[in-house]
Amino acid sequence: MFKGYKDLPEVPMTWDTTFVNITGSWRTVKPVLDPEKCTKCYICWKFCPEVAIIIDEELKEVPKIDYDHCKGCAICANECPKKAIEMVVESMEE
Amino acid sequence: MVKSVITGNYASSYGAKLARAQVIAAYPITPQTSVVEKIAEFVAEGTMDTQYIKVESEHSAMAACITASQTGARTFTATSAHGLTLMHEMLIWASGARTPVVMTNINRAMAPPWSVWADHLDSVAQRDTGWIQYYCESNQEVLDTIITAYKVSESREIMLPSMLTLDAFYLSHTYETVDIPDQDKVDKFLPPFDPLYKFDVEDPHLFGSLSFPHQFYMEWRYQIALSMERARDKILEIDKEFESMFGRSHGGLLDLYRCDGAEVVLIAAGTMASTIREVVDQLRDEGEKVGLARLRVFRPFPAKEIRELAEKIDVLGVLDRSYSFGYGGAFFAEIGGALYNHPDKPVLKNYVVGIGGRDVTPNTVRGIFENALSLQDRGLDKEIEWIELKEGGE
Repeated sequence: MFKGYKDLPEVPMTWDTTFVNITGSWRTVKPVLDPEKCTKCYICWKFCPEVAIIIDEELKEVPKIDYDHCKGCAICANECPKKAIEMVVESMEE
Repeated sequence: MVKSVITGNYASSYGAKLARAQVIAAYPITPQTSVVEKIAEFVAEGTMDTQYIKVESEHSAMAACITASQTGARTFTATSAHGLTLMHEMLIWASGARTPVVMTNINRAMAPPWSVWADHLDSVAQRDTGWIQYYCESNQEVLDTIITAYKVSESREIMLPSMLTLDAFYLSHTYETVDIPDQDKVDKFLPPFDPLYKFDVEDPHLFGSLSFPHQFYMEWRYQIALSMERARDKILEIDKEFESMFGRSHGGLLDLYRCDGAEVVLIAAGTMASTIREVVDQLRDEGEKVGLARLRVFRPFPAKEIRELAEKIDVLGVLDRSYSFGYGGAFFAEIGGALYNHPDKPVLKNYVVGIGGRDVTPNTVRGIFENALSLQDRGLDKEIEWIELKEGGE
């Protein structure tokens, strides 16, 4: 949308938020949540450094993982007290 | 308006108070510490409404100022020597993020060996960080420059940080009469900070994120280059506006003293300019055609003013209170660069003086003028000379 210095904002910034930066492709391992084991404690949501764990406002559902932004750091899997998150190796075909 | 007898450091503190700085990052270093100590007193006695943050290093001090500035707060900090050089990374961030932080730096020598006395290496070494740099000569100039620096830096045509420097002890700890202007009058001159963009949870953006080589990193740097060019005229404009309201000016970019009809001129920054003024008066009384050009602003560099001066004189002696090992004084190199493409060049000589706070006395200056006057007839004797260097070895 910008062409050069004459139309750039004067501060190095974007018009959009970080949601437009799709970083999921950086991932080599992928967290997969087992809804049977999950107790909805949401510790994974608290620890995720990328805000890639999505929870519902009523706190009724098991968390969802935003694979567009999850970088596969595995902090969620490490922190989960019920070992409900497994890190699965990403395959090149997907 | 109140006349007070205060140090250069306290003049800085009063400047920040009058400018209504909303966030102060405080970290101690000699000879700066009393700048932020005085501000702590203002906060404790309830005369200054500000967020006073005691940080754990100078690097953090600048990080705090940058981010507070990005939320829309007017920010101030002060440092010296090793503190300033520890900030180096964050200084570049401040200009890159276009935050109009204003900071006082007390010019102090860098160790080893340890020295807490006047030397310009600390701030000269920050030349390329994208900061506007003012070198002050008096405590009044320190106070006034904080107020004008905010107005220049916060202007939407500029949006760059400013550093004003004062020589260790010669100003930082020396008491002078200073006019402390009325708050109402300063408020009329300096409106609240109103940034173009700021951190806002209702309107989120990414600030300072990645820019690939094919994107706009180069263009954002070019915008800074343009802003720094515009800062020349902006500093002069704000200087005039300040003079019309407060009745004082500190000489814009290059402060000329008795340069009309001068044939030999010394150029210097900081407090030694006051000593040179005295010697210029003495030598003028003796019939010598001499003058002083005080380099008040180092960035943006007053190349045009230096060229205009150079056209009229025979010898320009550049006094550097710092040294770039492997070449010469930084001011000398820059002035030489400014004159290279100019057709009318005077003899240019570098006098390296006052390193590590070595006193630059009227006799020192007289000796330099005597040498510079002798170059009118015989031409350049030596490109770079260290003045009053102890030789020993006999």
